[in-house]
Amino acid sequence: MKVVVCVKQVAVLGDEVEFTDDETDVDPDYVERALNEWDVTAVEEALRVKESLSESESEVVAVSVGDDEAEEALRRCLAMGADRAIRLESAGVADPLTVARALASVVAKENPDLVLCGVQSSDSVQAATGVMLAELLDLARVAVVIKLEYDVASRRASVHRELEGGLLDVVEVDLPALLTIQTGINEPRYATLRAIKQAREKEIEVVGLPAGGPGAYRVRRMYVPERGAGAELLGDDAVAVAVRIAELVKGRLS
Amino acid sequence: MSGTLVVAEHLNGRLRDVTRELVTAAQELPRPVSVAVIAADPTALADLVDLEGVDEVVAVSAGGDEFENDVYQDALEALIGERQPEVVVLGFTVNSMGYAPAVAAKLGLGFASDVFGFSIEAGRVVARRAFYGAKVHAEVELPAGVPAVLLLRPTVWAPAEAAGGATRSDLAVTTRAPRARHVRFVEAPVGDVDITAADFLLSIGRGIGDKENIERFLRLAEKMGATLSVSRPIVDSGWMPSARQVGQSGKTVKPKVYLAFGISGAVQHLAGMKASGTIIAVNTDPEAAIFGVAHYGAVVDLFDVADELEKLY
Repeated sequence: MKVVVCVKQVAVLGDEVEFTDDETDVDPDYVERALNEWDVTAVEEALRVKESLSESESEVVAVSVGDDEAEEALRRCLAMGADRAIRLESAGVADPLTVARALASVVAKENPDLVLCGVQSSDSVQAATGVMLAELLDLARVAVVIKLEYDVASRRASVHRELEGGLLDVVEVDLPALLTIQTGINEPRYATLRAIKQAREKEIEVVGLPAGGPGAYRVRRMYVPERGAGAELLGDDAVAVAVRIAELVKGRLS
Repeated sequence: MSGTLVVAEHLNGRLRDVTRELVTAAQELPRPVSVAVIAADPTALADLVDLEGVDEVVAVSAGGDEFENDVYQDALEALIGERQPEVVVLGFTVNSMGYAPAVAAKLGLGFASDVFGFSIEAGRVVARRAFYGAKVHAEVELPAGVPAVLLLRPTVWAPAEAAGGATRSDLAVTTRAPRARHVRFVEAPVGDVDITAADFLLSIGRGIGDKENIERFLRLAEKMGATLSVSRPIVDSGWMPSARQVGQSGKTVKPKVYLAFGISGAVQHLAGMKASGTIIAVNTDPEAAIFGVAHYGAVVDLFDVADELEKLY
């Protein structure tokens, strides 16, 4: 069973925000980068699939679209236990269709049995790239999976789709398939220091972006939202804050 | 291209609330509104979507009784091919996530999700949505000349009232044998407490840092006469059962007082608690999105406040 996991090195904003001169994105100096939380969960799930099979039968390949810094995300995947990593060279943020097209060019060549993606990225929250990729690869797909069981012999998986309100939809899906993985499906492992060190030495294959078509959208303007009236602030002294909270609670519940 | 197409969402033979919100949202554009209902037998559901502001109801006979993403994909592609709508609106829901992006990728359409505002400017659809943990907003422009698929954030628009008077039409669609098949539903486990019945919720999130701290907030809640609820990361970590979870994938709550400790306020969380009577948020990040819906807020260490509250009760 070959499992491809698609991951993203997301941007995390701090307390302060500045925009680029054209106001279409946040100034990169104001963000930190990290492996997307949903993708960590997807990597863990891929490793569990691999570990349930014998060594010769399975492989986990991590793929990402991004700049040099995206290699940090791939190194973490390698440290967790992925066998190989591939980066599609791309500067800057792109819309989900552009990213899906790029991923498709690499994932198609891998001919995987299973493709796992996180449900969404924390910085864009489109929840779209995985399912777009499935379409471009003509794969069966299920979005927002919170439980995965598969049967290699019958080429089928039984998954739980997590609906609103916690209702679960039990879905049977033919392999090969793409699943988008929801947090909570597992508790991702921490890489050992030794594995992190070894992952630094591993080669990451870098490939160019394929020719693309039009994207799903173009950011016209980015801005800090008006907070409206906002919350009335209770100050920054813990004692005073607690007293005010106690008063408010008492007043509202009486 | 003309008109706005709404795709209704239903489950167990019942229309889901988001559908009524989509119909209200569709009124943002001065365009005729068609609502499509996709089901094995859409007749009864078609009556339910004849809501205020709907010009046409399209009953699409396809697939089984419950959602399957291949069926919905084929049906929506047929609808778009036949109707050539300018804008297609769906809920930003788990069902939509399963097929709408595929339709956009296949037909080369414009696409944006978690949209909370939209308009048409100089022939282009412009959608408003958040980026970077909802700390910034953006206007995104969708490509001209092709339909735009928008997945709209739930609980932003008021639900449309029942009306009656829309024209009816039918569309028969041949869909492929689904590669992902609905088997059955499993209800969310029932917990020992019903957080939806509480007048006062003390709610904790990632900010509490460690599993060891759960116990003290359970004690604090008890002292204060509150019920303890949690945000998703606490459930994902296995620290508390999902029955205590507030948010889209958990419970929607409306207590008199919602006191949040260390909850940043993901969109899905806010959707589950923003109707609460009085919202008080304690968080060390002054930019946390929860302050956008809170009535009272304090940017201060939550453990210090918890210590002081323990002394007061």
